[in-house]
Amino acid sequence: MSKTLFEKIWEKHIVKTIEDGPSVLYIDTHFIHEVTSPQAFNGLNKRGIKVFRPKQTVATADHNVPTLNQHLPIKEELSRMQVDALIKNCAEHGVELYGLGHPFQGIVHVIGPELGITQPGMTIVCGDSHTSTHGAFGAIAFGIGTSEVEMVLATQCLLQTKPKLMRINVDGELNKGVVSKDIVLYILSKISASGATGYAVEFAGSAIRSLSMEARMTICNMSIEMGGRCGLIAPDEITFNYIKGREFAPKGAEWESKLAGWKQLHTDSDAAFDKEYYFDAADIQPMITYGTNPGMGIGITENIPTTETINDTDRSGLSKSLAYMGLHQGEAIKGHKVDYVFIGSCTNSRIEDLRMVASFVKGKHKADDVEVWIVPGSKQVEKQAKEEGIDKIFEAAGFMLRQPGCSACLGMNEDKIPAGKYCISTSNRNFEGRQGAGARTLLASPLTAAAAAITGVVTDVRELLN
Amino acid sequence: MGKAKVDIIKSRFVPLNMENVDTDQIIPARFLKATTRDGFGKNLFRDWRYENDDEAKPKADFVLNNKNFTGSILVAAKNFGCGSSREHAAWAIDDYGFRAVVSSFFADIFKNNALNNGLLPVTVSEDFLQKIFEQGNEATLTINLTEQKITIDTTGESESFEINSYKKTCMLNGYDDIDYLLSSKEDILAFETTH
Repeated sequence: MSKTLFEKIWEKHIVKTIEDGPSVLYIDTHFIHEVTSPQAFNGLNKRGIKVFRPKQTVATADHNVPTLNQHLPIKEELSRMQVDALIKNCAEHGVELYGLGHPFQGIVHVIGPELGITQPGMTIVCGDSHTSTHGAFGAIAFGIGTSEVEMVLATQCLLQTKPKLMRINVDGELNKGVVSKDIVLYILSKISASGATGYAVEFAGSAIRSLSMEARMTICNMSIEMGGRCGLIAPDEITFNYIKGREFAPKGAEWESKLAGWKQLHTDSDAAFDKEYYFDAADIQPMITYGTNPGMGIGITENIPTTETINDTDRSGLSKSLAYMGLHQGEAIKGHKVDYVFIGSCTNSRIEDLRMVASFVKGKHKADDVEVWIVPGSKQVEKQAKEEGIDKIFEAAGFMLRQPGCSACLGMNEDKIPAGKYCISTSNRNFEGRQGAGARTLLASPLTAAAAAITGVVTDVRELLN
Repeated sequence: MGKAKVDIIKSRFVPLNMENVDTDQIIPARFLKATTRDGFGKNLFRDWRYENDDEAKPKADFVLNNKNFTGSILVAAKNFGCGSSREHAAWAIDDYGFRAVVSSFFADIFKNNALNNGLLPVTVSEDFLQKIFEQGNEATLTINLTEQKITIDTTGESESFEINSYKKTCMLNGYDDIDYLLSSKEDILAFETTH
């Protein structure tokens, strides 16, 4: 029988199925971090049980950590207590922790792939909704709540109901200045922030196939912003070449045998989806959001919608959103003042993102009244950037290269955008208060963010490209 | 360990007629620093409830600050609980005193988190949701989990709702998924030897 990529992986991980109920799904890899795990460890301790498969569990500290002076004790008491709890829990339960000071530390969805832990065909979970990122390798990867973190720690399994299946096809060639972040913001603007709720989403088509692994991760990362249970892309040579040789990638004979299995991981030509979308890459221009959910995006040269022109999904929330954002119906977004530029987060903080920004800003300098924060996704990204001299380019441009963490994506540490200020951000969510109480977030690609850093206003990066 | 059992909830309700209520609104990230599950209710909808994060300055136009509205059922417009996977959102709603949330559409992860905490998510049609919003503040709703039925008591109108039969049994009996999984250890060990 013909099967989709999702079904092939799903079926291989079913331990058993409850009659008229969910299935017991086996989890290959469980990532944990300091914010959503302490209550789960408390639960285990209350039951007097240990982590069932500590070797399949990987921990890092990312959400709460400062991005300056990481060698010093964390100043903020509650953050420090949470990070300390993670250290203690990992030690007691034999879980490997890439905490502050470790050369592998970083945002959980950046380090998994870069260390070769994330591999095709796996089931991967983490108490973080952007776990969907790992689906770029052809894995079933999704975010879970803390009760579920406890379940996986205790049994390496979850009770799950099979989601419906959706395929989003993007074919054709991308225009100049358009990158993977624009693709996903474009899809979101078409299908809305709830368009994929209840579905596992496979991204396919020639435009997706042509992307690098890091660019694919950006797309799968934001599948949760459409409400998708997970996002995935069939693995191919680009995937295999990315994984090969990484720290925890299979080696030698094991590599050959795994590779043979990975090559089977694709949707059969006549497999059926519950829903399918088709988009043309040529229709996509650099994107930016104007509202307070990630589906509220427009092309950079377009005007903010009005109650008449907006889609049904966002009509009722438009006035409230624009009031929060200090923007108006029908006005242009291009040329709007920007106060902060944040380049980072599990969406866009990888070495390719930093290279893209560096090659654009080389020889340029930021606008005077803009503050620019570059937060690398991991210690390895930071190290690589320094080895390539990218740090020097940023320094010359007046950009501040900070240390790895989730940072201003969600403002859990001190990296917050002040109330009323506009931040063009490469992160994933423009919710009210996401980057700090009252902060106004404009989501965009690293290129579009870099262009705004130079000009001080929302800019069509294509006008600055040669 | 088990959770509180849920069967019939009859109560007035708090109407939150907004779509796409995300978990950053339900509980902002700066309140996620606790290492226990308790006490999140006081920060529920924090930035919609207070001016400048100041408890002495409640925003009069936010429904939780309106004394006319009370009860153990929260009613919200579609795509409730989207965004972050933080279970703290379900803990905050539960800790505040709600026992059920009614909406025409729930985000996946929130729905699971609610079910895992004995907080009943009830999905109704868009029409029925609008009928609830049209009721006055004295109106009550009755949610009967056994019958999978929600009724607007004042008008007698009712609608049936879907819930996974396994989850229904868990809610009615206060069972946890984790108890079931722990009881499945032999199957899990057998699975591991063949994969």
